[in-house]
Amino acid sequence: MIELHRNGQRLAIAGELTIYHAAEVHAALVPLYAETELDIDLSGVSEFDTSGVQVLLLAKREMAQAGHALRLSGHSQAVLDVFALLELGGLFGDPQLLPAGGAPA
Amino acid sequence: MSGMNLEAARQTFIEEARERLQELEAGLLALEHDPQDGEWLNAVFRAAHTIKGSAGLFELDVIVGFTHRVETALDRLRSGEQAFTPALGALLLRAGDHIGLLLDAAVAAQEPDAALLQAGQALLDELARALGEAPPPVPAAAGTLPERVERSGGAALGPEFWHISVRFGREVLRNGMDPLSFIRYLGTLGRLLRVATVTDGLPALADFDAEACYLGFEIDLDSPVDRDTIAGAFEFVADDCTLHILPPRSLAAQYLELLRALPEDDLRIGELLVNSGCLSRVELEQGLRRQAEVQPSPPLGHILVDQHGVEPAVVDEALRRQGQVRERKAASARFLRVQAEHLDALIDQVGELVIAGAAVALLAQKHADTALEEAASTLSRLVAGIRDSALQLRMVPIGETFVRFQRIVRDVAHELGKEITLQISGEETELDKSVVEKIGDPLMHLVRNAIDHGIEPVETRLARGKPASGHLRLDAFHDSGSLVIEVGDDGGGLDRERIRAKAIANGLITADHELDARGLAELIFAPGLSTSDSVTQLSGRGVGMDVVRRNVESLRGSVEVHSTPGAGTVFRIRLPLTLAIIDGFLLGCSGSRFVVPLDSVVECVELDTAGAGVCPPYLNLRQHALPLVCLRELFGLPAGGGARRASVVVVQCGGRRAGIVVDELFGEFQTVIKPLGPLFAPLRAISGSTILGSGEVALIIDIAALVQLAAQRRPVLPSRSPA
Repeated sequence: MIELHRNGQRLAIAGELTIYHAAEVHAALVPLYAETELDIDLSGVSEFDTSGVQVLLLAKREMAQAGHALRLSGHSQAVLDVFALLELGGLFGDPQLLPAGGAPA
Repeated sequence: MSGMNLEAARQTFIEEARERLQELEAGLLALEHDPQDGEWLNAVFRAAHTIKGSAGLFELDVIVGFTHRVETALDRLRSGEQAFTPALGALLLRAGDHIGLLLDAAVAAQEPDAALLQAGQALLDELARALGEAPPPVPAAAGTLPERVERSGGAALGPEFWHISVRFGREVLRNGMDPLSFIRYLGTLGRLLRVATVTDGLPALADFDAEACYLGFEIDLDSPVDRDTIAGAFEFVADDCTLHILPPRSLAAQYLELLRALPEDDLRIGELLVNSGCLSRVELEQGLRRQAEVQPSPPLGHILVDQHGVEPAVVDEALRRQGQVRERKAASARFLRVQAEHLDALIDQVGELVIAGAAVALLAQKHADTALEEAASTLSRLVAGIRDSALQLRMVPIGETFVRFQRIVRDVAHELGKEITLQISGEETELDKSVVEKIGDPLMHLVRNAIDHGIEPVETRLARGKPASGHLRLDAFHDSGSLVIEVGDDGGGLDRERIRAKAIANGLITADHELDARGLAELIFAPGLSTSDSVTQLSGRGVGMDVVRRNVESLRGSVEVHSTPGAGTVFRIRLPLTLAIIDGFLLGCSGSRFVVPLDSVVECVELDTAGAGVCPPYLNLRQHALPLVCLRELFGLPAGGGARRASVVVVQCGGRRAGIVVDELFGEFQTVIKPLGPLFAPLRAISGSTILGSGEVALIIDIAALVQLAAQRRPVLPSRSPA
């Protein structure tokens, strides 16, 4: 299951951001590259895998090349785990707020 | 990966691990006969290694830990540090069993309980003692360190951690693998110091495929494991990723070679390596300058060996592993794993298709339309073809079932202090998978029985002038549409006097009851008759030959015994090839329809019933007496209207023949077997039912039972006398 909610320059992704839905999310993101500023809310992402990472990396790269800004926010635990494992925080450069439960492993 | 998928992969892993365990066991048993055989030793080692590697992927740490120690022991055997002894072999077999138990726990998705863990530790301790108190596992790298220091001529040593460089293939994600899981697994082998995600592979927007994998990783890992273990982490994607592993203390030059081997821009990856401390900036710059001068680049493997970073043996091992992967790839192209339910659904549908096809054929016949009939006949021919191919899908060779008995025979014989060799033949004989699954237990019982009761103790054998070593054989072959499995031993044969005495004591027969050899032998299948006085661990558990017979009969099969005093006993199990669909021969009697399996039909002859519809007990068929069974009398059917010609269908089963007297012959008929309800369970000679094209029900005759009835002239309905 994946749900995409767009509200102006804000896109909320909820559900499994995995190989099963990566193509769908990618297709939804491409038209948004044109936005000068885009905020992707990841708080509802329950599962996150390599394909999800790639979709976000590509969006970041494409938008940066056009001089647009892509911000990720509300990283869910699933996202935080992967970001921590692959050390992606620096690549995206967004502040990652740790949930009150403690730091990701 | 979603939970569903992971679970499926886990099931596949467990199934495969069990197959590997079988290989491990087979290899160890073979080694017992030929301890010098390096091939077997390698096979055993590979099996253990693969189990460990894939268990790691599913975070089954207990299995990883245990198997690792077993693997270490096997490695010592392989390197010749330790000689293979039967005692060690037996210990390793038990270790294999323990892995099986751990897998059982994994199937139930449980952590192994304390008792299991303790048993595992006990085994490991025993293993350590058997290996002459092996020192705790030492990381391979540390062992080779002094040598390498010497060779590198005192040059400054590199960093103290492994560097792993991996680029995943495009199809990895689509193949159900997530690179993240491999990195997570590496994390369980040690401490992940640094993971750098290499994104250079991401293509231009237009070429981006969200389901392809474009990422690579440069990983620094602090871990005491050896190179094989790290490479093993990537075994599942071995042919779908580019992997470079640099051991701890690798020299700068080696990192530079790595740079050259990687597809990305040297500088970018160089930065990564400098950042993680693998290289100093000066080394990087010098290296890149020098690199431009070196032409053309030799294969990476050569460089690594030249620089003593890798022992030639390691490279050989890597090459061997590549070959293995290639082999496995070829094998996977030949076989396809299909879920059993899918196959069953297909067979069910084919069954319905057969019935529907029969209805069409019937209608076509009724309308007397030649074109329609022709079309219908083409259809039924095609349906028959589909049916055969569908059933063929479920056929598996029986060999796998047989091979399991090598171990059982060995263990049981050991336990009883007997020497027994098992000879297996006909393992390529195929039969329906559902039958294979259910025949294991009855076979097991027969085999144990033969070892326990059949084959005599060594002294008795020698006294009787037989070789000390007993001989047990398992054989399978096809015989007129059914499969025959024989379990034969060269033991003392059935003790008829004892069976007789026991049967009388249990009230199965009366003291004055005379039975021929065959009848006596049949008695052992009666419930409540065990000829063994001693209750051993192997028998006397309340599971007797009657259960064997019941199990076999529930598969529409039969079991019989042939025994020669002093020379041995043969149990013969006869099974239908499939439980689903057969080619039948449709018969009519007093308006009812019956089906017999076409394979059992020998011929049809006319019967001259001059004597008012009463059929004679025997027919003189070309100077041979053929016992006749009249279906009308057997099933108490109403006498058919008017005198008519009767026909005799001569059927054969297990070398015996009988004639079935019927009114009408309808010819071949594709029969979809539907089981009969429990209400009909006491009925002998009927094995199932089927639905005709017209919607009528026809009963399927159990030929084996019918032939027996013909010989014994017993009524088909259970007698009302107290049993």
